[in-house]
Amino acid sequence: MDRHRRTLSRTATAAVPIAFLALFFAWPLVAILRRSLVVDGRLDVPWGVVTSDLTREVLWFTLWQATVSTALTLAAGLPLAWALSRFRFRGRSVVEAFVLVPFVLPTVVVATAFIALLPDGVERSVWAILLAHVFFNVAVVVRVVGAFWAGLDRRLWDAAATLGASGAQRRLRLTLPLLAPALASAASIVFLFCFTSFGVIVILGGPRYATLETEIYNQAARLFDLRTAAVLGLIQLAAVAATVLVSGRLERRLGGARRGGQEAPRPAGRERIVVGAVVLCSVALLALPLLALVVRSLSVGDGYGFDHFTALAHETPALFVAPWHAVLNSLLFATAAAAIALAVGIPAAVAVAGGRRGLDVLLMLPLGASAAMLGFGFLLAFADPPLDLRSSPWIVPLAQSLVALPFVVRALVPALRAVDIRLREAAAVLGATPGQIRREIELPLLARPLAVAGGLAFAVALGEFGATVFVVRADWPTVPVAIFRFLGRPGEDNVGAAMALCVVLMGLVAAVALVSERVLVRGGPR
Amino acid sequence: MRLTLERIGVAIDGRRILDDVSLDVADGERLALLGPSGSGKSTALRVIAGLQAPSAGRVLLEGRDVTRVPAHRRRTGLVFQDAALFPHRDVAGNVGFGPRVAGLPEDERRARVSEALDLVGLAGTERRDVTTLSGGEAQRVALARALAPRPEVLLLDEPLGALDGPLRRRLQTDLRELFDQLELTVVHVTHDVGEAFELGDRVAVLREGRVAQVATPDELWARPADDWVARFLGMTNVVRDGDRATVIRPEAVRVRTGRGGVVTAADRDGAVVRLRVRREDGAELEAVAVGVEVPSVGDSVAVDVDPDGVVDVPLWRGEVSD
Repeated sequence: MDRHRRTLSRTATAAVPIAFLALFFAWPLVAILRRSLVVDGRLDVPWGVVTSDLTREVLWFTLWQATVSTALTLAAGLPLAWALSRFRFRGRSVVEAFVLVPFVLPTVVVATAFIALLPDGVERSVWAILLAHVFFNVAVVVRVVGAFWAGLDRRLWDAAATLGASGAQRRLRLTLPLLAPALASAASIVFLFCFTSFGVIVILGGPRYATLETEIYNQAARLFDLRTAAVLGLIQLAAVAATVLVSGRLERRLGGARRGGQEAPRPAGRERIVVGAVVLCSVALLALPLLALVVRSLSVGDGYGFDHFTALAHETPALFVAPWHAVLNSLLFATAAAAIALAVGIPAAVAVAGGRRGLDVLLMLPLGASAAMLGFGFLLAFADPPLDLRSSPWIVPLAQSLVALPFVVRALVPALRAVDIRLREAAAVLGATPGQIRREIELPLLARPLAVAGGLAFAVALGEFGATVFVVRADWPTVPVAIFRFLGRPGEDNVGAAMALCVVLMGLVAAVALVSERVLVRGGPR
Repeated sequence: MRLTLERIGVAIDGRRILDDVSLDVADGERLALLGPSGSGKSTALRVIAGLQAPSAGRVLLEGRDVTRVPAHRRRTGLVFQDAALFPHRDVAGNVGFGPRVAGLPEDERRARVSEALDLVGLAGTERRDVTTLSGGEAQRVALARALAPRPEVLLLDEPLGALDGPLRRRLQTDLRELFDQLELTVVHVTHDVGEAFELGDRVAVLREGRVAQVATPDELWARPADDWVARFLGMTNVVRDGDRATVIRPEAVRVRTGRGGVVTAADRDGAVVRLRVRREDGAELEAVAVGVEVPSVGDSVAVDVDPDGVVDVPLWRGEVSD
């Protein structure tokens, strides 16, 4: 029967991503679970670790920094969301694109940029952590709240005004309640990112400030107390699951947003000054850390030069190899990771677009489980034969592809859904076989999203730090890992090398973005 | 090519969309599928095209059972409501798609494309980007695309639905001339009575997934199957009488100067004027008058009813869902 065959082929499509997730996501988590709950083959609930002072302090700081970071990010992002979504002005699209830049930057680069920016003494502190989180996540607020805000019908405000509501009343009684679902959604996303933030805290927090995420790394990689690490991981998983549940519920409420569809007006009168000030300040604040990074990478002694960059060619005691090897390693690993992510992500996206909701949730899990958890799980799960991957170079791209997978699926599913089913039907009626439909209709229409997804996966893998730092071999460092090692050593040369590597990494990410956007897309069929 | 639907039933997610639909379209005949939205007419078209598998019944082409033949091997042409042109191909790429996947050589393909574009009055537009076409042009390209593989049966799903006003009327006339020229078997879905009457040799009225009546436009107008069909065709003089209804066709109501009724509305629709007359007994009747010497609102008139225009029909016992 035709229907049976279709069900069968759909199951086969879903089978690849499900098997991949089972082996490389579920199995490592099981390994963490086993390590924390089972001792000598017997169940042993680790109350000692759960109730220890260390756990309490770490959990408290994790929650505290995530909450404060979220509040600050909302405060910083709302004015910009307002200016970008409610008004039309020259250069708006450029500003919109620029706001997204921090979000796609590797966390290690963001953390290093704040070391470059902040004066000595403050550079590794709570303030540095909070500022870096705001810098990183403003894009989320601008995108989520801004898109929602732009879609709200302007006539509501006009109606409120004609009904006698003052400006302040309109903001309090109209804007705020209308935006509430978008605000809640953005807040929960930012909270989740800050809660699971690894690179920023491990670099800027130093030994004094630890979150669940960084303490897992500390216990596992520095103190070799795998059990404590595993228990902390369990707590982390539970907390993340709770946050995801809440945010999922909030996000569903966004569905009913009504589209106004009117074009935004140009700011007039006093608005011009306010909008201008908001946009200029925001852009300046976002540009400052990156500028500081570039300046620091070029400053040598009292002057400027490329010494830090040329030094990348020489071996240093901080790494086992010359730093430029790290660039090569990163490119190789990221290429393999992007290939794996696409190979798994394309069938996954096809299955999700075909209505496999459960798979969709499953695929987003690696995003929530946090990178360091994945890395740690890999470490525990693939240490013994037959799956001893510890010395295999493949362990790095496998871990990175898992982190990139949700992005690939997210980029492809809407595009797959957007391919009008009637185009396929029209082609079928015109005599095209299913294979011809795939080749002649779907592939050309999906060229652009595929290029974007591949570029995204590559960029994510390039900047991946949390998982990579657990599984990478010391003599095969990636760029983010090399930056981390340089920053962990004293001396101006090491800091300079870290800055220079950050600039290189930034350049690579920017190049990937440009290539996937321009060459692949413009060159291919429209 | 003769097309037969044999007791077709379609259920989607447990909901009955089509129920026991049988239709017979002769070679070269044009059948209009007329019905309100939700009556299942588009689904019937998808069943014919092979895009929807029926849960019961058979589809026959020239007596051959094609129920299990997939869409791409049915040799039917389908024109979608809003064109559904391939956005990544130009006009020639769209029109030439069918010949291309059929493996025709380049020069023949090009001949087919220009022939089809010629037919729809868009000769020379091969290199146009389809996203720059107007609504009417897009619909013509969609028609050319459906014609280029030389289908045996042409299916049109509300081809004029997205258009309005004079453009719609012009394309309607063009379509009729084209059908005359091609001698194709045509099934044409519409919710517009005028369009169905102009483009269909016969009209099948669909209601809640079932065929309410199949007849030529004249027969349909003369003898609607029941009160629902009469109302759906636009007749308003339908009076319920027990389990029957009396339908008086508007053109059978004659109005002349005199006494007995008052004109309450007079709306000109081209050559005819639609009148509403309230008789002294309180009943309202619709009448039509032709020419320019017609009564206007408030005039006192005498009303005669031609007995030939009075039809006694059964009541439909379903729910009216339009």
